[in-house]
Amino acid sequence: MSELSVAAAPPVKSFSFIVRLLRHAAVPILSVLTAVLIGAVIIALAGYDPVMAYVGLLDGAFGNTAGLTRTLVKMTPLVFSGLSVAFAFKGGLFNIGAQGQLVMGSVLSAWVGFAVAVDLGDPVLSTIVHVSLALLAGALGGLLWGAIPGILKAYTGAHEVITTIMFNYIATNFISWLLYAGSPAEGIPPGPFNDGNGVIARTPTIMPTAQLPVIYDPPGPQFLHLGLFLALITAILVGVLVSKLKFGFELRMVGLNPTAARYSGISVKRITIMTMVIAGALAGLAGAMQTLGVNYRYEPNQSLGLGFTAITVALLGGGDPLGVVLSAFLFGVMDAGSTRMQFNSGVPSEIIVVIQALILMFVAAEQMIRSLYRIKAEGDTGQRLSTGWGQR
Amino acid sequence: MAGNNMRNGDVVLEIRGITKHFPGVLANDNVNLTLKKGEILALLGENGAGKSTLMNIVYGLYRADSGQVLLRNQEAHFASPREAIHSGIGMVHQHFQLIPVMSVAENVVLGEEVTSGAFLDRKEAVRHVRELSEQYKLRVDPDAIIEELPVGTQQRVEIIKALYRHAEILILDEPTAVLTPQEVDELFKIMRDLADRGVSIIFITHKLKEVLTIAHRIVVMRDGQVVGEATPAESTPESLAAMMVGREVLLRVQRGPAHPQDTVLDVIGLSALDDRHHHAVRDVSFSVRSGEVLGVAGVQGNGQTELVEVLTGLRHATAGRVIIHGEDLTNTSPRSVTSSGTGHVPEDRRRFGMVDNYTVAENLVLNSYYDLPFSVPPTARTLPVVMAGYIGIFLAFFAVLASIWGALWSSALWSLTLGLFGIQDVESASREAMNGPNMVELIVMLVMVLVIGYLAHRFTMWVLRRLQKAAGKPLRFGKKDRGLVLDHRQIDQHAVGLVEQFDIRTPDVDTHAGSLSGGNQQKMVVAREFGRKPRLLVAAQPTRGIDVGSIEFIHQQIIAQRDAGAAVLLVSAELDEIVALSDRIVVMYKGEIVATVDADKVTREQLGLLMAGASAEDVLGVRAA
Ligand SMILES: Nc1ncnc2c1ncn2[C@@H]1O[C@H](COP(=O)(O)OP(=O)(O)OP(=O)(O)O)[C@@H](O)[C@H]1O
Ligand SMILES: [Mg+2]
Repeated sequence: MSELSVAAAPPVKSFSFIVRLLRHAAVPILSVLTAVLIGAVIIALAGYDPVMAYVGLLDGAFGNTAGLTRTLVKMTPLVFSGLSVAFAFKGGLFNIGAQGQLVMGSVLSAWVGFAVAVDLGDPVLSTIVHVSLALLAGALGGLLWGAIPGILKAYTGAHEVITTIMFNYIATNFISWLLYAGSPAEGIPPGPFNDGNGVIARTPTIMPTAQLPVIYDPPGPQFLHLGLFLALITAILVGVLVSKLKFGFELRMVGLNPTAARYSGISVKRITIMTMVIAGALAGLAGAMQTLGVNYRYEPNQSLGLGFTAITVALLGGGDPLGVVLSAFLFGVMDAGSTRMQFNSGVPSEIIVVIQALILMFVAAEQMIRSLYRIKAEGDTGQRLSTGWGQR
Repeated sequence: MAGNNMRNGDVVLEIRGITKHFPGVLANDNVNLTLKKGEILALLGENGAGKSTLMNIVYGLYRADSGQVLLRNQEAHFASPREAIHSGIGMVHQHFQLIPVMSVAENVVLGEEVTSGAFLDRKEAVRHVRELSEQYKLRVDPDAIIEELPVGTQQRVEIIKALYRHAEILILDEPTAVLTPQEVDELFKIMRDLADRGVSIIFITHKLKEVLTIAHRIVVMRDGQVVGEATPAESTPESLAAMMVGREVLLRVQRGPAHPQDTVLDVIGLSALDDRHHHAVRDVSFSVRSGEVLGVAGVQGNGQTELVEVLTGLRHATAGRVIIHGEDLTNTSPRSVTSSGTGHVPEDRRRFGMVDNYTVAENLVLNSYYDLPFSVPPTARTLPVVMAGYIGIFLAFFAVLASIWGALWSSALWSLTLGLFGIQDVESASREAMNGPNMVELIVMLVMVLVIGYLAHRFTMWVLRRLQKAAGKPLRFGKKDRGLVLDHRQIDQHAVGLVEQFDIRTPDVDTHAGSLSGGNQQKMVVAREFGRKPRLLVAAQPTRGIDVGSIEFIHQQIIAQRDAGAAVLLVSAELDEIVALSDRIVVMYKGEIVATVDADKVTREQLGLLMAGASAEDVLGVRAA
């Protein structure tokens, strides 16, 4: 136990900005490098050329405008969902439920997209109103799905890790029912949100007015939608909220030392619920990005694992909005380049998942255990996972 | 003293020229120290003198900038406590390091487990602990869960933990700060016993009497340096205090008579449960008037902690009422108690009183941050106006910049901007946008959003400040309408003042509070609560872990608060402190108030008897008030 104490010793203030930045970023950067190296070894062991694989990856992600666009599009929902997890961390909560909140947001925004017609005469105005409504619906869906575990935590003490995992399952199954394609042979009608194609579980396409405006469309199938900008602005807003506003002060205090927060007159219950509400809304927006900006409908495979990747993104980003944006970009690169990598070098694109898992492991290993069991380290400054990194 | 012959023997530990810098602090400055076999060495010094730092260096927690540690005449380099432990050094920290939810035995063997296969051999662990506890007369149940044990017993577990690792050198950092007098006596017995068996002990404390009782040799540090050495025989508390602080210290505070006014705190028939749902406070009634100090005497664990928690809104009362300034605040919230003008120095500062990872400045506004001058407008009600302002400014700037830019490049983004403003339809705009791959435009657009957002914010804040100045008062609607934004400049200024006034030793106010020395953390909490000029001051163990010089200062402050008209409720385990400061004293025993007496009509001995459970009739010859 004792040797952990050096790491947990109170932070030493550094006068040089660069040194401080490196100190913050050292663990994440080293984790990524190590994961990439181990990934290379695995690729080599499997009989492929790692250099060619990685060059293919970078080529796919940056090689041309289409590649870069793909990267940015992949990155967009990860910024939102990563912020969701990171924000909850700041308040001392481990939001494993980003996935459930995300799909709920997706579906609700899709519903507003296909079922609510907005025609105000002027197409621009209609778009602005309809997109805003659909985004709100997305946020609302995630918000509800986050609020319930928050309330359970605040009033019954039910651990958010458990409840949010449960809520992921509930969301998945609830949505399967909503989207069920039906079985004409057995006379089972399709689910209420199904588009009636009879085979595939998916919603109808959303109306053109509900589509996020395309801001850049290079040759090829991919295009960049407004979501990236919304994501970056949201990251800034979250940063301001956490570090400049009174609410952020309370939130961080609840995360760092709940008893001191109580002493200082903060309602820990209220903050806990608010934390999950905001985290849920952020995750819901991540889902809405996919629905309104990329797929123009909800189909279950569009958000596979996005909410889980978010945990890695948040951890790698050190719980800091800028860090989250950077690590979301990195994950965008990996997602966008994996197909080209497979095409160029023959390495199965699943290797990327392995590398991502390795990153998670390296970043989280020590802190994860400590947080889940709320063990204090020696020489301890009372940190928990949620606040441990990024604050060293 | 027994075993003296042994102590003339070998030097087991020698510290040579240790120097250690922290950012902005020279914590140890060329320190030299020797420790002999079987010796109890007391290390004295002001808060922040560098005692804990020096010990952490010996223990391998910190690395010295320069200097050497010699263990049995061999140079030792400990990269971690694990290595120090393997060389026979054990340390019990100022703040305990046990894992609350695990058993005594599990805590003791943690990191050095006896295993059978891959599993912890629980039986073996229990047996080891039992053996040690018998061998060294350290009574403790190996199966007990740590969090259910009194602090004195937890301490014993820490010592067993060190002995389990075969410690021959034992470092005890302020072990007596949280112990009852009985527990201190037991600890001293244990320490003497260990010393006689050849264990060398370094003992840090701020209590001079203890030093004179137990130590064989005394070393005094100040500002990171060793400034003197003495033996108990040639020392008095006064001489030690002077050596520590560098000036004469008044070990007893000067105070005039009290002039009590109206009743501020009225407690009527109060009862409460403790964490284990036992009755901790039973039907307690008393009152405190403005301009007097009411001392609550009692052996720790007789309900004082719970009483204070109920008074300050942290614990639920099962019966009775708490009336502050005529307002019934029973079972409301800590916030309503605080905002009624109550200051609370909590007994357990690390759990309640501070946030380690917050800066000193932030900690100094821990329970006043939510109101002016620290939280500033916009308020919840002015927020919509401000937001509208933001959006307006934003759109205006955006339009202007976009036009300039568009005119210069006449690029696709220009059409897009037009589209967004409804001047041109979006579809044709985005069609144009598709044509040129122009990442530069996108990036410029993002930068613009950032710059404009920032400018909009500055502008709005400027307008708000002007409005506030013009109105001559804060912009708020109703008492509850409080600011939403923290004014860090105000928070820092406030902190600089308090740090100066209360002599909190910190490099600056942006230092994390967790890196302050223990006593300075306590001073920080005291500064915050005293600095608010409370009308009711509830101070629980206000001088715990504080050096004699600062105790003098805090005692003077308590009297100053009293004379300024505050009602002071002083809860302390130090009988000396109670006697020195109180105008009236209530004695708590098993959750009840067994006596209420005027401070000048009672002797220490009588108080001691009352605290031990003797009845008021027997002791005072009168019926309890
Ligand atoms: N981890 C750290 N980071 C930065 N500064 C530190 C750290 N630990 C200690 N310091 C500083 O070093 C100085 C010495 O602290 P130390 O804890 O050794 O004092 P101490 O003599 O044990 O005081 P106390 O009696 O209050 O416990 C203090 O000024 C403190 O602020
Ligand atoms: Mg100390």
